[in-house]
Amino acid sequence: MKKVQFNSNLSPYLFIAPQLVIILIFLYWPIIQTFSDAFTAQDPFGFSKTFVGFDNFELLITDPAYLRSMRFTLIYIFVITLVTGSLGLLLAVQANSVIHGKSVYKTLLIWPYAIAPAVVGVTSNYFFSERLGLLYSLFNDLWGFNWMENVSDAYIYVLIAGSWKQISANFIFFLAGLQNIEKSVIEASLLDCKSSFRRFWTVTFPLLMPTTFFLIIINITYAFFETLGIIDTTTIGAPSGETKTLVYKAYIDGFRGLDLGGAGAQSIIMMIIVLVITIFQFRFIESKVHYN
Amino acid sequence: MALKYSQISAHSILLLGILLILTPIWIIFASSTHDSFTIATKGLQFGIGDNFLNNYQNVLFERSGFSKEITFLSLLFNSLVMAFGIATLTVVTSLLAAYTIVYFKIRLATTYFWLIFSTILVPLEVRIFPSYAIVSALNLTNTYTGLILPLLASSIATFFFRQFYMTIPDELLEAAKIDGVNSWGFFIDFLIPLSKTMITAIFIFMFVYGYNQYLWPILVTSSEEYWTVIMGMKIIRGSFSYIILSIIPPVLVVIFLQRWFVKGLLYSGK
Repeated sequence: MKKVQFNSNLSPYLFIAPQLVIILIFLYWPIIQTFSDAFTAQDPFGFSKTFVGFDNFELLITDPAYLRSMRFTLIYIFVITLVTGSLGLLLAVQANSVIHGKSVYKTLLIWPYAIAPAVVGVTSNYFFSERLGLLYSLFNDLWGFNWMENVSDAYIYVLIAGSWKQISANFIFFLAGLQNIEKSVIEASLLDCKSSFRRFWTVTFPLLMPTTFFLIIINITYAFFETLGIIDTTTIGAPSGETKTLVYKAYIDGFRGLDLGGAGAQSIIMMIIVLVITIFQFRFIESKVHYN
Repeated sequence: MALKYSQISAHSILLLGILLILTPIWIIFASSTHDSFTIATKGLQFGIGDNFLNNYQNVLFERSGFSKEITFLSLLFNSLVMAFGIATLTVVTSLLAAYTIVYFKIRLATTYFWLIFSTILVPLEVRIFPSYAIVSALNLTNTYTGLILPLLASSIATFFFRQFYMTIPDELLEAAKIDGVNSWGFFIDFLIPLSKTMITAIFIFMFVYGYNQYLWPILVTSSEEYWTVIMGMKIIRGSFSYIILSIIPPVLVVIFLQRWFVKGLLYSGK
């Protein structure tokens, strides 16, 4: 908030109203509804609701399928964040250092950012189908790859599909971060440190920390939520639900299985995870950014 | 000598990266120019075939769906309405909300602040069943409003605009006040021109986000009239040429506006 402000009667309420109303109706109302679902049991036709306390949660955390989905989601988030973050950083550093062709590289590496997760999934499908798939037959020759039966092969499939286009997002943000570093700092470090490798890790990388942290949040939310379109167009959870992310499992249980109580409880667990990430993010951003 | 060596290695790494990222799309494009018999017998193709026009004409004008009334162009129209709607309305509502939060003394200011920002990361996917129930209770299934409104319930853009406004020096408002500018005039004539880059960056971000929606349109449109390109990917089956056509609109937006996108990120990525 600013020190100098307007004192008006009506206009600020009119300005904030559109967003506030939309958020109340389409965010808070669903969230409250989710809580009411999570603590009740409903028959599949929606005729009756009974309060069941924490039963839905208890069913979840004692369900091996849910715990497997939780484990897969954590692995998925971790690997995608790590792989796409490091490849994005590597490419951004190179693109920032070349003298010729910078803008060509930039354009070529930026555009896959725009591809929808569902399109990524359908595309990956062609490469991993048993009949046409180039990667399927390559991996199959190497170690008998078969994602429909082998869990770790299925992980490899959805990890490659999930990482592919996210490299671009990391590249864009890291490049923006690198361009934001003051030239004089880099020039001063050139005098002090001969090794470009050491210079990167001791000078450039620490200066990129805010960008890195921001990207970690971006990658976590991507791998957590946006990959639903990828899972639904690739493995659909195969083999036997091993590659269902938490979001995908909640969707399948809620809509196909009509288990609104269970899905509500799953949503609340996800909201808690998201809440922890949000608090973490706010703390960090507020401590790192200094306003005038 | 050392410089030359490092330049060569930088170029090689970049070329390798581009190869890794673009090869799949190239193969899909090359395969989209062959007839289905070639694909069925010889698999995915690396070279261009002679069926380009034929395949793309088919996808663009072929009628599909249960009613046989939808074409790729009708799906594309719906996708663009959704993407433009989400991008434009998000920018407008978020600019106004951030303006209020930063520049006005109002009652319950802290309450509004927390109401808006405490849910910054709660995506639609987490609240999707009740959202669907609400949209259908409001009779908004199979409407553009139903496709767009629930996706506006997000405060990420507001957060970035707020961050940006906070970096604008207080002297600007003081000077404007001395000149007798009112709050609406300050917003339109001072803040909007200053936020142009940021607005473009958020617009691109939300356009791509809106165009790429998958699950929400599947749930909220039972009538084919409102189907979008991306949800059609699974329902209609994404052939090679369908995939290529579907990625063109958001890719064009990102390529043509990339300069502003990256500049806008410079403010926000910190």
